[in-house]
Amino acid sequence: MVTQPNIIVVRFAELSTKGKNRKQFITMLRQNIQEVCKGFPSCKVQQAYDRIYVLVNDENASELMNRLQDVFGIATLSLAYQVPLAINDIIDAAFTLIQKEPVSTFKVITRRMNKQFPLESDEINRAVAKKILQETDFVVDVHKPQVKVLVEIRHHEAYVTVNTIEGAKGYPVKIQGKAMLLMSGGIDSCVASYLSNKRGIEVEAIHFASPPYTSDAAKQKVLDLAKVLTRYQPFIRLHIVPFTDIQMQIAMNVPESYRITVMRRFMVRLAQRLAEQRRCKALITGESVGQVASQTLESMSVINEVTTMPILRPLVSFDKTEIIEIAKKIGTYDISIRPFEDCCTIFTPVAPVTKPLLHKAQRFESKLDIETLIEESLAATEVVMIRYNDAKEEDSFF
Amino acid sequence: MDAINQGIYLDYASTSPLLDEVLEATQVLLPQFYANPDSLHTPGSKMAALQQRARKQIAGLLGCQDHEVIFTSGATEANNMAIKGIALANQAKGKHIVTTAIEHKSVMSAITQLVDHFGFECTILPVDAKGNIDLHQLEASLRKDTILVSVMAVNNEIGTVFPIDTITQIVKRYSKAYMHVDYVQALGKIELQLQRVDAASFSGHKIGGLKGSGVLFKGQNVPMLPLLSGGQQENYQRSGTSNAIANITFAKAMRLAIESQPVSYRKATRWKQRIISECKQIEGWACISAEDASPFIISMAYPKVPSQIMLNALDQKGIYVSAISTCSTKSQQVSYVHQAIGLSDDRSRSVIRVSLSSMTKDEDVEAFIQAYKEVIFHGYST
Repeated sequence: MVTQPNIIVVRFAELSTKGKNRKQFITMLRQNIQEVCKGFPSCKVQQAYDRIYVLVNDENASELMNRLQDVFGIATLSLAYQVPLAINDIIDAAFTLIQKEPVSTFKVITRRMNKQFPLESDEINRAVAKKILQETDFVVDVHKPQVKVLVEIRHHEAYVTVNTIEGAKGYPVKIQGKAMLLMSGGIDSCVASYLSNKRGIEVEAIHFASPPYTSDAAKQKVLDLAKVLTRYQPFIRLHIVPFTDIQMQIAMNVPESYRITVMRRFMVRLAQRLAEQRRCKALITGESVGQVASQTLESMSVINEVTTMPILRPLVSFDKTEIIEIAKKIGTYDISIRPFEDCCTIFTPVAPVTKPLLHKAQRFESKLDIETLIEESLAATEVVMIRYNDAKEEDSFF
Repeated sequence: MDAINQGIYLDYASTSPLLDEVLEATQVLLPQFYANPDSLHTPGSKMAALQQRARKQIAGLLGCQDHEVIFTSGATEANNMAIKGIALANQAKGKHIVTTAIEHKSVMSAITQLVDHFGFECTILPVDAKGNIDLHQLEASLRKDTILVSVMAVNNEIGTVFPIDTITQIVKRYSKAYMHVDYVQALGKIELQLQRVDAASFSGHKIGGLKGSGVLFKGQNVPMLPLLSGGQQENYQRSGTSNAIANITFAKAMRLAIESQPVSYRKATRWKQRIISECKQIEGWACISAEDASPFIISMAYPKVPSQIMLNALDQKGIYVSAISTCSTKSQQVSYVHQAIGLSDDRSRSVIRVSLSSMTKDEDVEAFIQAYKEVIFHGYST
């Protein structure tokens, strides 16, 4: 009799996709799960028709479960005992598992795919329930049980599980190709990245740094945030684009109220160039309508004018409180609120225009040598690869 | 110094030497990582990141959330924080606390303060000769106004192991009380049972970490009044500049302790049997620790040689053990734990405590047995 749950059952999300897409979906999900499992060397990933199984082996099962909860494309996950096809083993496994739960109500549900198994589903239910009723204080509730004991009779083995937890849902990351995220280091852009991942988009990030007006700590903050985001996609390519010269030029040549608008137009131009180089199909921003002056519909349209690439705005209709809630859930909030200046906050005018006009923006920009500025910035761009499983010097402290 | 290093240390329940792994990490950290983790500059945020990683690692080992791990200066503080903090924050719901007669002094005294100065009531559950409580009595002691039950996982003097899972189930079934567990002597020694426990205290230096490192696990929904109020550290629950290096290395010590627990448990079981089978041939000798007690703590009595004399005699032979709880060595009274298990005063005065850990070696145990017998049979003059 095994004493530790030894297998994780992964069930797929969004299986409304069919045919060839379905196959692609499952292959991508399996690859993503395998990538996560690299951090757990002894575990093995197995694919069945409608499930993926992760054999825990010598790994820490709850850590592995935690990691898999961050993988998009998974509907639900259960930590299960894989036991031989014998009723006594099934009963023992169910009994061991339920004792770890707080005493409440339960129900046994059996799926008997293997019709050769001598007992019928209902007989299995009764046999398992009998032992639990006799030896614990659990009571049966078939309508609203607190704990569901699931028994799956398959062809070569049976699976027994008690707690089914929710997966991250959505599509496997990468299935929709890549997009370029404008990442400030604030709360919103990280949430935008997470939500894009959720729909299967792989994210590359671009960050605008304005040294010496922004500090190394501000850059570190972005690196730390990207590190957190690698929980949801295995690695992130972060482009750090120097922005000081452009900002100085804007500050010298553009009236104060239009500086933000023009600055945002430059950011989008730079992002588009990089996106094209990196074969990204869209840009992503953390904008939410009306949140600040540059995020009114008028501003968006003036800023949007510089690119033909679609700009995805996953947060467009979210309230700030909703965004903060997600940021806390995904683990970026505490880093995002570290109080460092980013390039947007330093040159913030007292009264930015909320309804900029395109022709005015264009007229102000005509004083600048846009092409040269962009070329120079891109030439000095630094690329950092951030991986979830990076080995670091500090690992030896732990 | 050399004399100490050459001796045989069998007092791990008091404290432990540093683990080599902890020493190495400390030697690298100490000169470079001096910054305050709450500072916003680069060294500060680097420190904060390391401390956060330590917190995460500990949360993973305990199976809780990061923010449920509160770093403290040790287990005495963790016990005080949990008991006084939870009692004071929940006194509107009731002022009754339940504990056992053989808790650590830091639990006993914290509760006594609450009773003497803040109008709380306390039921102290008596124990039998093995140190076990009667679970029916526990059930009967729970009242409508019981807000806190504090029980240790392993007793520090006689090694009694309390069935924490069962006790927690009883507490949760028959009352609304919060459950606090003092896990100091259990960490790395026996398997932790944290299911449905609301608060639990851990000490770093007992498992080869630095002195001054401790952790209180406190469930996020458990109201607690901070004892040390001030700055934002530990989410305002324990203010004061973080002892970051102690906290960081505690994570490592805890990982090593938990990883090596099954192996050390098997070894300790063997050593305990070895000591008992050798010593029980001595007439009048008695093992005070029960058979099913933690194998890491072996309390024994030989009435003809008082503890203090035995301690000195063993000390001269370079073997270091304790008599009773090291936290009470300065008081002249007999141990309240010994009284609680019904040991006569005479017997109590002849008890010594041998305590083991994963660092103990076979030779240490053999050397102790030989020296102990020598003292008994040949007197202690060298």
